[in-house]
Amino acid sequence: MLKNTEILETIKMISEEHLDIRTITMGISLADCASDDQKTLCDRIYDKVTTRAAHLVKTAEDIQAEYGIPIINKRISVTPISLVAASVRNASDYIAVARALDRAAEATGVNFIGGFSALVHKGATDSDERLIRSIPEALAVTERVCSSVNVATTKTGINMDAVAEMGRIIKATAERTAVRDGFGCAKLVVFANAVEDNPFMAGAFHGVGEPETVINVGVSGPGVVKCALEKVKGAEFGTVSDTIKHTAFKITRMGQLVAREASRRLDVPFGIVDLSLAPTPAIGDSVAHILEEMGLARCGAHGTTAALALLNDAVKKGGIMATSYVGGLSGAFIPVSEDAGMIDAVTCGALSLEKLEAMTCVCSVGLDMICVPGDTTAETISAIIADEAAIGTINNKTTAVRIIPAPGKQVGDTVEFGGLLGTGPVMAVSSFDSAAFIRRGGRIPAPIHSLRN
Amino acid sequence: MRAVITVIGKDKVGIIARVSRELAELGVNILDISQTIMQDLFTMTMLVDVSGCTRPFGELAGIFSAVGQELGLDIRIQHEDLFHSMHRI
Repeated sequence: MLKNTEILETIKMISEEHLDIRTITMGISLADCASDDQKTLCDRIYDKVTTRAAHLVKTAEDIQAEYGIPIINKRISVTPISLVAASVRNASDYIAVARALDRAAEATGVNFIGGFSALVHKGATDSDERLIRSIPEALAVTERVCSSVNVATTKTGINMDAVAEMGRIIKATAERTAVRDGFGCAKLVVFANAVEDNPFMAGAFHGVGEPETVINVGVSGPGVVKCALEKVKGAEFGTVSDTIKHTAFKITRMGQLVAREASRRLDVPFGIVDLSLAPTPAIGDSVAHILEEMGLARCGAHGTTAALALLNDAVKKGGIMATSYVGGLSGAFIPVSEDAGMIDAVTCGALSLEKLEAMTCVCSVGLDMICVPGDTTAETISAIIADEAAIGTINNKTTAVRIIPAPGKQVGDTVEFGGLLGTGPVMAVSSFDSAAFIRRGGRIPAPIHSLRN
Repeated sequence: MRAVITVIGKDKVGIIARVSRELAELGVNILDISQTIMQDLFTMTMLVDVSGCTRPFGELAGIFSAVGQELGLDIRIQHEDLFHSMHRI
């Protein structure tokens, strides 16, 4: 029999502490949609996505109503389009595919569809190159399509040609969406060690090792962790870690329940639960505020990396027993514009790009939703990507860069994206030049510890 | 199928009567009731059996939310499994 205190604890988490299921993401393989004819390709993609995901949004809404747990986002990830569209020849064909994905997303009622992607960590095929060149236009002419490019893995090293290209592509994407302060870049992620089952946008795609369709669920609840830590003020770190673990366990059990239920109702296999703490701009839903609750005056103060390392580790340890399959990115996200505490920390000068880079060594992903001045060069952006890719490859973890060189904006300005994407204060980048480094091209070899066979 | 109803808010006359009447009209059977005043707030949890309910379960959340608005209270009805999954291994 349930105890009253248990019931009321759950209700409080949902009603006051922002506990929610952040996303139910349906992965759909588009491998069988390939064609060398643009119209056939686009029709097959549209038909398959709208058929397979026809009931996704309704099912999520039903689960939300019956279980009383908010399910914030319903999303779709698809096979990297550079693979699906390899037989068409023109850049315009990739734009047509992006439009077909956008229409399919609108028809199914999801807010984002991910997978306008290429995996080029060792080298790019002709199709990869065409897709990457089409990203700026694709993100400018669509609303819901998200793009990602994997430029490095621990096994292969870093494709520095792709790193250089992505700097230029990010600049071009910002310019193409200049009227919206470079909004297109908020839908573009450059990865190292990208995962195949990530349910979170903008980096989700349906990997080649995945089944025909799959349900992946991302949980959230920074507010719940923060409130739990408020009850152990001043306690030593073992208690802090245990408190986070207990909370993460409970949060993840929600995710497991919803994932199983969505999988059963949609008759689609359950893939993974992503044990992530994903903040939103709402007050009380911030990862930065968890770090500050541990005793830091502001996120970014010395000690922040240690606090984040403890948090990230405890979330995984607490969550892992709560679900049958863990996957995705799993950990604490540190997007700047999507986290009220991070925004405040940047605005008051406590948090710099350099400190964020250090934090990405121990967080779940990387530099996320960072606004930089519009005149930041493509080479500097590439160098930022290279640094993140190096952290990822050497430390065997996923890292990513989602950076917005907001046209016409300077340090001190802010960029309004609205909704979950929030408000980004423009951050300073190094004024020293990295162009000659980036121009070298080629590949940075895989680290020695990749040779494990 | 069983569900948990929680009623939280300022105490007043007739809360249990109003909620119980709604449940009776819907064909929902009350299995257990627990009610207390916590931090000046009226707090009630009910375990109910909805297998005889005349309306689809998904509609009940909206119905009780409306009753809650009428009474100035927060009323939720949620599938029992939500609480079991969080608090029981």
